[in-house]
Amino acid sequence: MSATSKVPLKDGMEGFVSDWASDQRAFKGVPWGKAMMWIFLLSDTFIFSIFLIGYMTARWSTVEPWPNTSEVFALTVNGVSVPLLLIAIMTFILITSSGTMAMAVRSGYQKKRKQAAALLYLTAILGLSFVGMQAFEWSKLIEEGIRPWENPFGARQFGSIFFMVTGFHGFHVSVGVIFLFITARKVLRGDYDTGRRGFFTWQKGRYEIVETMGLYWHFVDLVWVFIFAFFYLW
Amino acid sequence: MSESIIPESELEEVELYHPKSWWTEKVFSQDAKLIAIQYGLTAFAIGFVALVLSWFMRIQIAFPEMAIISEGTYYQFITMHGMIMVVYLLTALFLGAFGNYLIPLMVGARDMVFPYLNMVSYWTYLVAVLVLFVSFFTPGGPTGAGWTLYPPQAILGGTPGQETGIVLMLVSLCIFIVGFTMGGLNYVITVLQARTRGMTLMRMPLTVWGIFTATVLALFAFPALFVSAVMMLFDKLLMTSFFMPALVEFGENLSYGGGSPILFQHLFWFFGHPEVYIVALPAFGIVSDLISIHARKNIFGFRMMVWAIVGIGALSFIVWAHHMYVSGMNPYFGFFFATTTLIIAVPTALKVYNWILTLWKGNIHLTIPMLFCLGFIVTFLNGGLTGLFLGNVIVDVPLSDTYFVVAHFHMVMGIAPVLVILGAIYHWYPLITGKMLHDGMGRFHFWITFVGSYLIYFPMHYLGFIGVPRRYYEMGQTEALYTSSAADLNVFITIAALAVGFAQLVFIYNVFWSAKNGKVAEKNPWKSTSLEWQTPEQPPIHGNFGKELPVVYRWAYDYSVPGAEDDFIPQDVPNEKVKLAEGYTELGVEKT
Repeated sequence: MSATSKVPLKDGMEGFVSDWASDQRAFKGVPWGKAMMWIFLLSDTFIFSIFLIGYMTARWSTVEPWPNTSEVFALTVNGVSVPLLLIAIMTFILITSSGTMAMAVRSGYQKKRKQAAALLYLTAILGLSFVGMQAFEWSKLIEEGIRPWENPFGARQFGSIFFMVTGFHGFHVSVGVIFLFITARKVLRGDYDTGRRGFFTWQKGRYEIVETMGLYWHFVDLVWVFIFAFFYLW
Repeated sequence: MSESIIPESELEEVELYHPKSWWTEKVFSQDAKLIAIQYGLTAFAIGFVALVLSWFMRIQIAFPEMAIISEGTYYQFITMHGMIMVVYLLTALFLGAFGNYLIPLMVGARDMVFPYLNMVSYWTYLVAVLVLFVSFFTPGGPTGAGWTLYPPQAILGGTPGQETGIVLMLVSLCIFIVGFTMGGLNYVITVLQARTRGMTLMRMPLTVWGIFTATVLALFAFPALFVSAVMMLFDKLLMTSFFMPALVEFGENLSYGGGSPILFQHLFWFFGHPEVYIVALPAFGIVSDLISIHARKNIFGFRMMVWAIVGIGALSFIVWAHHMYVSGMNPYFGFFFATTTLIIAVPTALKVYNWILTLWKGNIHLTIPMLFCLGFIVTFLNGGLTGLFLGNVIVDVPLSDTYFVVAHFHMVMGIAPVLVILGAIYHWYPLITGKMLHDGMGRFHFWITFVGSYLIYFPMHYLGFIGVPRRYYEMGQTEALYTSSAADLNVFITIAALAVGFAQLVFIYNVFWSAKNGKVAEKNPWKSTSLEWQTPEQPPIHGNFGKELPVVYRWAYDYSVPGAEDDFIPQDVPNEKVKLAEGYTELGVEKT
């Protein structure tokens, strides 16, 4: 594999363009699955950006006051109301899972089969606990009377947007958890060492799949940071 | 020109999925070529439904006393006609059908990079089409909100199909977008990462450039439609108020309040305007290739053409609000969007100049694909120029919502891309089926379609100037407003429309008749240079190329090269192997 061309590149824009346009591949050394995941995530970025723009517009256009987030999202522990406690834990867990995911990618490339699988399982379980806590938060808000169509604490758009966007993000996390479990099982079984074919796609897997999975997981994590900032801190 | 360096292969040979049963070979196929045909046939089937709807509407407008359809049905037909034609026919056909068939063959790949995903993409698209089609048979019928689906009226009482039609429409769009995303990722990655040796991006035919750029646009524009469809579904089903302000309906206060209808318009057109170019860019690319092939001349200004495609694609994301001049935006906003809209005319005009300069002194063969290309240039020029009128705020305001707009967008993104699709089918039919389409029927089809569509849409400009509003199912007692010529013109347009519709039936007959009885096509019948015609078998089989993938030595436009004996040099022929014409020692060098 010769990734670099023998012909020297021209300076400036022309060299930049001819490098990009060069033979066979635009991104040298990048496997197809990974390139696909990047493009997909770009597309998904548009989806979440538009959700957030919709949220901001709703906040401007509504005539009723927006509820005070530090009260709505507070947990009462031992009779003391602690604002954003649950969210802080959820965020911590999700960011930790990004860390274990990154370690899993490294172990995968080092072909440490069992270590990679263990880290993937750990990531999946952390993700699962995030979804569980989100379900808890949802049920708490629903108990307090917040619905997509009404909200006793102020603007009804609060409930609509909150359930829609966190729901969409939670859906992303859930899909990620399912695929993390599948990937973990494949790694543990040694599919990526033996070249066992996928059940549906009939393609041989490689440890690069762990990294592709990781890209998705980090993205979901990053999106959460934005949701956290826009919904809970604003 | 003279170097024939063969680059080393950076990619491992791919393992293809070999189907084991009839079902996995012919139905759930993972071969991009079959998926393309499935996409194409489905798109044409649902497109034909939309065509028939337009006949009903035309008869209703021309002969309102017949009352062939009611006013509610008229709105439903107009909505379904628009949405099917733009999304389910044109987008699916250009990207799903042409993209799948041509991208792997033209860049020298064995298949798309993710064949399984590609298959799922088609079946998801089919589900979207079926969900949309089912809405014809639900209580209340399909939605009649207009293809733009503007809330609040789209989901309120009084709009036909507000019971289930609108829900099915939004669900169908969401499914379509999911399916398209799977296919779109395939097209993009195949172009970026799976080209054959020697196939640099700047050696790709413009067809691939057009489809590739359009796919990138679609991947970034469809999210806006997806999100707005989800939000409107919530407004309809969960009574949220994203797009719904406080409303009084029949004296009753609705439970909505505080939403922004303008937000939907912004989101819709953030998708809607790139959508125009999702349809136009593949047409630009294909027409460039067809003109070059059938005029036996290299495309004029290839690099400029590529940059124009990319430039138009980028600009298309910052012009959306020119659809909203009468929506009550800040006037400065209109000024900004009018400016960007006029700027986008520059690369577009550049492409038209380049097509004409390619034809200039070319060896023009008036084959049927060429006729369609010439028809496209004229039609597109016409539609593009009226676009300049509508792009200016003060000219647009009086013309807004009149037949002038109808004429403009049908010319520029209806007839023009359809002419390219038809020309492209005449061009690639021999490759796909191994047979030629019947020439006589083809010429009949072209002339009726081309002249007929001018007779339909040219008079509409005049109707627009005298102020005839669009989306009215009859003019009623409006003689005081519009001269009787408006009614007469409507009759004339309807007759032309039915004639054009009949010509399409001839075309459909031709496609099926020729598949069986057509003249067997010789190898590479148009003497084209691009790789899809250089496969060992014609039609190409699973895996496209033989044992070894072709190596590319040149761009796709080596037509009438001085010194070569044939008037074309295929992309996979090195300079050493080019047969020289008499009196030449080297390509371009005459014996002294």
